[in-house]
Amino acid sequence: MCRFADSHPTPSPDAPPGRSPWANARRRYRQNRAAQLSLLLLLLLGLAVIVGPWLLPHRYDDTDWSALSQAPGWQGGHWFGTDDLGRDLLARTLIGGRISMLVGVLGTLIAVVIGVAWGAISGFAGGKVDALMMRLVDVMYALPFMLFAILLMTFFGRSLLLMFVALGAISWLDMARIVRGQTLSLKSREFVEAARALGVTRRALIMRHIVPNLLGVVAVYATVTIPNVILTESVLSFLGLGVQEPLTSWGVLVQEGQQNMSSAPWRLLIPAVFLSLTLYCANFVGDGLRDALDPKDR
Amino acid sequence: MPLLQVEELGVRFATPDGMVHAVNGVSFSLEAGQTLGIVGESGSGKSQTMLALMGLLAHNGQTSGQAWFQGQDLLRLHPRALNRLRGNRLAMIFQDPMTALNPYLTIERQMSEVLQHHQHMTRRGARLRAIELLHAVRIADGAARLDMYPHQFSGGMRQRVMIAMALLCRPQVLIADEPSTALDVTVQAQILSLLRELQRDFGTAIVLISHDLGVVAGLCDQVIVMYGGRVMEQATAESLFYRPSHPYTMGLLAALPRLDSDAATLVSIPGEPPDPAHPPRGCPFAARCNQADEQCQTLAPPLAPAPHDPAVLRACHRAWETWPPAGERQHA
Amino acid sequence: MHEARTPLLSVRDLKVHFSLARQQLWPWGPRPVLRAVDGVSFDLYPGETLGIVGESGCGKSTLARALLNLLPPSGGERVWRGQDLAQADARDWRRLRCSMQMIFQDPLASLNPRMTVAQIIAEPLHTHRPELSSQETQARVRAMMQRVGLSARQINRYPFEFSGGQCQRIGIARALILQPQLLICDEPVSALDVSIRAQIINLLQSLQREMGLALIFIAHDLALVKHIADRILVMYLGREMEMAPKHALYAAPAHPYTQALLAAVPLPDPRQALRPPPPLTNAELPSPLQPPSGCVFRTRCPRAESRCAEQLPPSRALDGERRCSCLLL
Repeated sequence: MCRFADSHPTPSPDAPPGRSPWANARRRYRQNRAAQLSLLLLLLLGLAVIVGPWLLPHRYDDTDWSALSQAPGWQGGHWFGTDDLGRDLLARTLIGGRISMLVGVLGTLIAVVIGVAWGAISGFAGGKVDALMMRLVDVMYALPFMLFAILLMTFFGRSLLLMFVALGAISWLDMARIVRGQTLSLKSREFVEAARALGVTRRALIMRHIVPNLLGVVAVYATVTIPNVILTESVLSFLGLGVQEPLTSWGVLVQEGQQNMSSAPWRLLIPAVFLSLTLYCANFVGDGLRDALDPKDR
Repeated sequence: MPLLQVEELGVRFATPDGMVHAVNGVSFSLEAGQTLGIVGESGSGKSQTMLALMGLLAHNGQTSGQAWFQGQDLLRLHPRALNRLRGNRLAMIFQDPMTALNPYLTIERQMSEVLQHHQHMTRRGARLRAIELLHAVRIADGAARLDMYPHQFSGGMRQRVMIAMALLCRPQVLIADEPSTALDVTVQAQILSLLRELQRDFGTAIVLISHDLGVVAGLCDQVIVMYGGRVMEQATAESLFYRPSHPYTMGLLAALPRLDSDAATLVSIPGEPPDPAHPPRGCPFAARCNQADEQCQTLAPPLAPAPHDPAVLRACHRAWETWPPAGERQHA
Repeated sequence: MHEARTPLLSVRDLKVHFSLARQQLWPWGPRPVLRAVDGVSFDLYPGETLGIVGESGCGKSTLARALLNLLPPSGGERVWRGQDLAQADARDWRRLRCSMQMIFQDPLASLNPRMTVAQIIAEPLHTHRPELSSQETQARVRAMMQRVGLSARQINRYPFEFSGGQCQRIGIARALILQPQLLICDEPVSALDVSIRAQIINLLQSLQREMGLALIFIAHDLALVKHIADRILVMYLGREMEMAPKHALYAAPAHPYTQALLAAVPLPDPRQALRPPPPLTNAELPSPLQPPSGCVFRTRCPRAESRCAEQLPPSRALDGERRCSCLLL
């Protein structure tokens, strides 16, 4: 009979770092061209809306009486044209971008914080607590959002902070559901069972085992929530409940542009293109993240 | 004239991480009524070999070599021509009967579909033939069971239904890919005994793929042992189990806990199976073999008849003139 | 003889029942009960290996989890070193977990994919021995990795970078780093390749000898259990069919189910493999929701008589160490 010896590999002092699942996901993400491009575009847009207004020759609220409703062109430095008050459309679009993107990111942040907390606690607790918390979510789904937002705005006046609150308060529902589902499925995974068998405390279970494995899903849905929030803000602004003049947002610009569609089409097209580009790119990034973090691929 | 003649079959997959060589140079022939067992561990390529023959490889799979069945090369057949053969002359059953059966269709629909397509039977005729086959696989109450859905059957019953479906058109070759692995041991014994009887009654040649040497010993005349995508040893079951002539086969047999022996420790094979994405140069088993030398690491040994018995084919550089090899004790 | 030693773990009539959702609309009817484990008893002595065998649905995995309190038992008694586990509160269990550990069937799934090997193996130390310095923890983790046959170079790798056998070694290292007295192995090698199984089994046996571990080894592979266990408990549908020392069980099984199980194992021996099929009727495995009355095995037993349906066969002691639950003996 062949004799085989059980070999023990000799240990050596240096230990190279392993490829973490995040590194693998980063590599897979980079292989997705559309997602890479979209991320780049988003970053460029972000840079433009932050830095742009300072670099432009005109401010967003400067009225230029010599160039009212001017079509896009090279004269006067109004490259994207002006509106009927002579304000530079490029500057206004970039400022509007600041507001829209800020609202998008902050609103999503609020949604993530509330949604993850609600969903994780509900999923982890299970039983009656879970049922109660999810029924509350169901009830809130049934509420007409528009009515709620309009009431808020009407009672408390139009303020940026209030808009964040209103938007965040609605967007967390989806996140909560998704996080709860993911927590439930994680709870039954063998490594969580193994951790319980080790006597790990409940707090450590959630923080060390559940949350790190949730982050992938949360990241994906957060990038998809941002466009939703921006769109909702645009709708609110379209209805006249958004930011106050002279500050503007893409939604306001689109609304103004729509009113003057036949006479000054650039007033609709420019902000609409910026808005659409941002939404598309955010969705592609979300798709790319989801493919990169696919749990089936380890 | 062998029923199925496979020559130098190779399978590789183009993946984003590079070319994965799943199967390398597998050759065998299958006679009518014979049972061939293919034994191997994960990554040995045993399933991919048969999937290649049936044209069921993933879309990024490429084959090389030839597989002659009734004068046609299965690997080069047009999909429509292959479809005429699959289910009809060549049938396959899989490891997990739950996922292999359509949960939305009754058993009757799934069985009649095969008959209507290949033998152009009427619905009524197909139903009668289906009942006949259900009876042959020892399912009582065939007529009533026909109208049930797969989830209403237990695991063992579903596997019987799969076997019945495979035999509907009286195929000449039945490929069974780990048919009993997912079943309990008592049910497994019944399924294997059923396969033996069906082979006797229908005269079908069977190719049985398994990692379980016990299953293979019970059913197969000829056995192929695969490792790392290559054939290590090819012999009759009697030769393989009593006079194994490849270090891997010997190691595998020594590592098995046996009901009929009282060995104190199991002799284990150190190391891990090779990564199909980075196949080692030379013999795939060299890294774990205690008889490997430099030639084994660089040159893959060809499959050649063993000196002590020309009917046994082995891929090993170590040549033993007699069996047991000099200096080695025979396995008790 | 075992009577002279005190058992490490004593289990008496352990039951684990699950109450399922009602099938019918009437909200006040009884809910169906799944009797996963329905009255199992055994004693486990230090340093010995108890094998638990049975087919799917017999309740062996549920039993393992009930022993560690991962699932709450519905009845029966568990006594660990004289302490009644039913009375143990959360703080007691924290202490107990240092003495009883488990390794799982799917080696990769039992490891958190986002933790490195170092973190995984160190987790029990962080949980139960937080006073240890990080150097001391690292040193113990490295020592444990070496002991189970892993290279310390891999200490920062993630589970998916390892093969199945190596993942199981990580699981063993994690379970044994606190030096427990009992290790429950829930089908630890079923998901591994045949050539790797022997490595892991040999490792477990050598660790057992070195640490004086008691093992509860759950498997469906009878040949494997014969190799590793001292005594064997055969389960079917949540009940005990037979319990016997290894040699007695395999040489002369008393219970018809054990006989059928042994006859069903495919032997890697072409001359012996053509045995007749196991002595079982063609009946299906009964649903655990509606186990047969009396002896649960009677629907598949070739020797069942009418009295088997009427009374529950008691677990009767046969010569010395054996027990069998069959009315016909």
